[in-house]
Amino acid sequence: MSDLLAARSQMAMSLGFHIIFASIGIAMPLLMVIAEGLWLRTGNEAYYKLARRWAKGTAILFAVGAVSGTVLSFELGLLWPRFMEWSGSLIGMPFSLEGFAFFTEAIFLGIYLYGWDRVGRKAHWFAGWMVALSGTLSGIFVVMANAWMNQPTGFDLVDGEPVNIDPVAAMFNPAAFHQTLHMTIAAFLATAFAVAAIHTALLRRNPDSDFHRKAIGIALAVGVVTAVIQPLSGDISARFVAEHQPAKLAALEAHWETTEGAALTIGGIPDERSRTTRLGIEIPYGLSLLAHHDPNAEVTGLDQIPEDEQPPVTIVHLAFQIMVGIGFTLMGVGLWGAWQYWRRRRLPTHPWFQWAIMACGPLGFVAVEAGWVVTEVGRQPWVIYEILRTEDAVTQVPNLYVPFISFTVLYVLLSIATAWLLYRQVVIEPREEESAGQLSGERQHANA
Amino acid sequence: MPTLELTAAAVMLISLIGYAVLGGADFGAGIWDLLARGPHAARQRRVIEQAIAPIWEANHVWLILVVVILFTGFPPAFSAIMTALHVPVTIMLVGIVLRGASFVFRAYDRPDDRVQHRWGRVFAISSTITPIMLGTIIAGLSSGDIDIEDGLITSGWFNSWLGVYPFAVGGFTLVLFAYIAAIFLTVETVGQPDLQEDFRRRALLSAIALGAFALLVVLLSGDHAEHIREELLNSWWTWPLQIGTAIAAVGTIGALLTRRYFLARTLAVLQVTFILLGWGASMSPYLVVDDVRYHEAAAPDITLQLMLGALAVGSLILFPSLYYLYRIFKGRQAFVLLDLMGEHRAASTHTSDE
Ligand code: HDD
Ligand code: HEM
Ligand code: HEM
Repeated sequence: MSDLLAARSQMAMSLGFHIIFASIGIAMPLLMVIAEGLWLRTGNEAYYKLARRWAKGTAILFAVGAVSGTVLSFELGLLWPRFMEWSGSLIGMPFSLEGFAFFTEAIFLGIYLYGWDRVGRKAHWFAGWMVALSGTLSGIFVVMANAWMNQPTGFDLVDGEPVNIDPVAAMFNPAAFHQTLHMTIAAFLATAFAVAAIHTALLRRNPDSDFHRKAIGIALAVGVVTAVIQPLSGDISARFVAEHQPAKLAALEAHWETTEGAALTIGGIPDERSRTTRLGIEIPYGLSLLAHHDPNAEVTGLDQIPEDEQPPVTIVHLAFQIMVGIGFTLMGVGLWGAWQYWRRRRLPTHPWFQWAIMACGPLGFVAVEAGWVVTEVGRQPWVIYEILRTEDAVTQVPNLYVPFISFTVLYVLLSIATAWLLYRQVVIEPREEESAGQLSGERQHANA
Repeated sequence: MPTLELTAAAVMLISLIGYAVLGGADFGAGIWDLLARGPHAARQRRVIEQAIAPIWEANHVWLILVVVILFTGFPPAFSAIMTALHVPVTIMLVGIVLRGASFVFRAYDRPDDRVQHRWGRVFAISSTITPIMLGTIIAGLSSGDIDIEDGLITSGWFNSWLGVYPFAVGGFTLVLFAYIAAIFLTVETVGQPDLQEDFRRRALLSAIALGAFALLVVLLSGDHAEHIREELLNSWWTWPLQIGTAIAAVGTIGALLTRRYFLARTLAVLQVTFILLGWGASMSPYLVVDDVRYHEAAAPDITLQLMLGALAVGSLILFPSLYYLYRIFKGRQAFVLLDLMGEHRAASTHTSDE
């Protein structure tokens, strides 16, 4: 394994790990404050129990998110010192703001998790809102930095170095809007479907549970709204990419030849040697329509991109198909649920629907990972688009497979431990509590 | 008016002090978890856990602030440091990950002795490794053993941190964190005199160990960190700082001996602050001794202005929020600075809210 490949793999692995916890860190606080708000309004204890149970699971996930995020801040320098040397002064701005978002988040998270009995109800609810707000903001800030790597702005290039820099322009670069919008929605969407799936599985075991119904209700409300808007926001992203990063668009669509009235290829396996895509379904004019909202528009193909500036097509194309496929699946399931609810005015509990929700549980996160592969691998060979190549950004430190393997082992172990703990908290302990609760209930009856 | 670069470097040092005092105490508490012994061991561990659970994530952010200021304000320095010290930084990160994860795992896993014990072990061991590595990193920056030519590190990946002097500084850092944690814990245990005595004894023992390590580091610095030593001996500002450190150190011990725990805490915080201020000032004008000067490594003015502006505005939110956090979980005693009258008065200021 070359050092460059090891560095890229380590970065991809660390980011892919962190983003799961980060997405949950963005979305769970919102679900908790909704539940807590309903408790404050209705006085229904089930909502209170729900907020507390969610908070308990979130505490673990947050800690893993925080430590894996810390690793990332260092890894930017450990693996890509040339990149940071070049761009630190430009993209430091969102990172500094992110630092404060982390502070507020960690502070109010402490209050939220451990302060149930120490602060007033309103103050506690407020702390939850602060966590939700600062979590969302920290995601937005760091994605702004990433968007700059796709659309580097805010400087003049003189002899390969940035001069006259303008960190504010760099922060509000042209890609920032669509990327932050799409990522923020993705975090809520993925988390909401996962939560709905877990509670649906538990509801099937315990069909009378009001607790799980309420949980599914809140999660699906968030899930349906975001599932419907996410493809729209994806369309904004795709049109932006078509305009500003033609190589990435050509790769994600596996579009080999520049054509007018280009067809959209759905699925299919790109063959990079013969430069064709096998087994795909072609929709005439589809690509021109999607990318430029005009059936006859010309779409740049890979033939227009110099050989050494083409991203890997197969990975990017497959990842894009996965993301879009999941996007429409989740939208479909979400609309189905909304329609059922609209007809009956209560939580849809048809077994087919329940199975669909459970199947969708992990899909949101798969789409998040796939989406990032599209963005990051699709940017290759550049780390800063059309300015700095990834191979020129990597550290001079040798034997990078050692840290790569170490962190991989560490993260695999952490994932197992986290999953096991959550399983125990969400599945086993409530069951034990329930039976214990029944026992004590019976005893009270006997006494009375 | 200090220059922008100097201000940015100073803010970075202040964040590092924040991390050493607050984050350091959380690591130190982990060391005392590892060393919990005797009939009170289980209760000691519980106090430690309760003391750090709600606040460690916030305390940890100080480190992130240091890193962010470094790569925003001094990009070439960040790049050089992360390259030259790749190995110890990586080990420190593994420590940070294991410490944070095992701490919550232990707190949330089934309260069953065996499981608790397993996570507790990981927590305690990683709490020990991380400060040592932090110390070797600091020593690597100070010693002049890192060499850079044309932007490339030429001094290898081990020389600058794998040696007697860096590990002496590592040991010093470890003991310093343990010391400050023990003192904080004497305040956390107001109302539980037996535990308080335990931590008082630990604080005094670590004060002795700290003195020994300080002596060792000073002796070694003649051969291993000439720049720092020269500055410490020959600059005008160094004497007030050194005298301040000495007074704070002796005062802390005196306060511990007479059981004035709040006073001891205040003086210990001052002591750590003086030590790091002394180190930071004697690093000047370098960020990496002999090779990276902070004013040369600094980002353009506009970046520094924006960053400092953002930090200033952020502080307006940060400090009240931090105050609120500590106020909720530590009660009024979080802010008691003095207890000249001794134990009695300290106990009465304790807001019993458990
Ligand atoms: C739940 C997750 C999810 C879902 C259902 C979708 N996406 Fe997505 N997508 C992401 C999660 C995501 C992401 C992980 O959040 C990315 C990576 C970087 C980013 O900003 O968002 C992303 C990136 C991304 C990009 C690349 C942007 C860039 O490189 O600047 C495009 C073109 C799309 N998406 C398009 C779509 C379309 C047309 C979808 C239609 C259904 C879709 N996405 C659904
Ligand atoms: C290079 C990329 C990244 C770096 C350097 C980074 C850095 C960090 C750091 C240092 C933390 C810990 C904060 C704490 O101690 O509380 C963190 C947590 C977090 N990050 Fe990241 N991050 C990166 C990518 C992302 C992305 C892409 C997102 C989301 C879109 C994100 C969202 C979050 C959120 C919401 C948290 C707080 C929630 C939690 O701790 O689980 N991060 N990140
Ligand atoms: C958390 C969500 C993210 C995921 C899952 C992700 C994924 C990836 C992947 C798969 C790669 C490897 C690409 C390749 O080399 O072929 C990569 C590279 C990289 N990413 Fe991201 N990324 C994320 C967010 C970010 C953010 C927010 C930043 C910075 C602000 C960032 C900075 C980088 C850098 C510097 C590299 C290495 C250089 C390169 O390969 O281009 N990433 N990322």
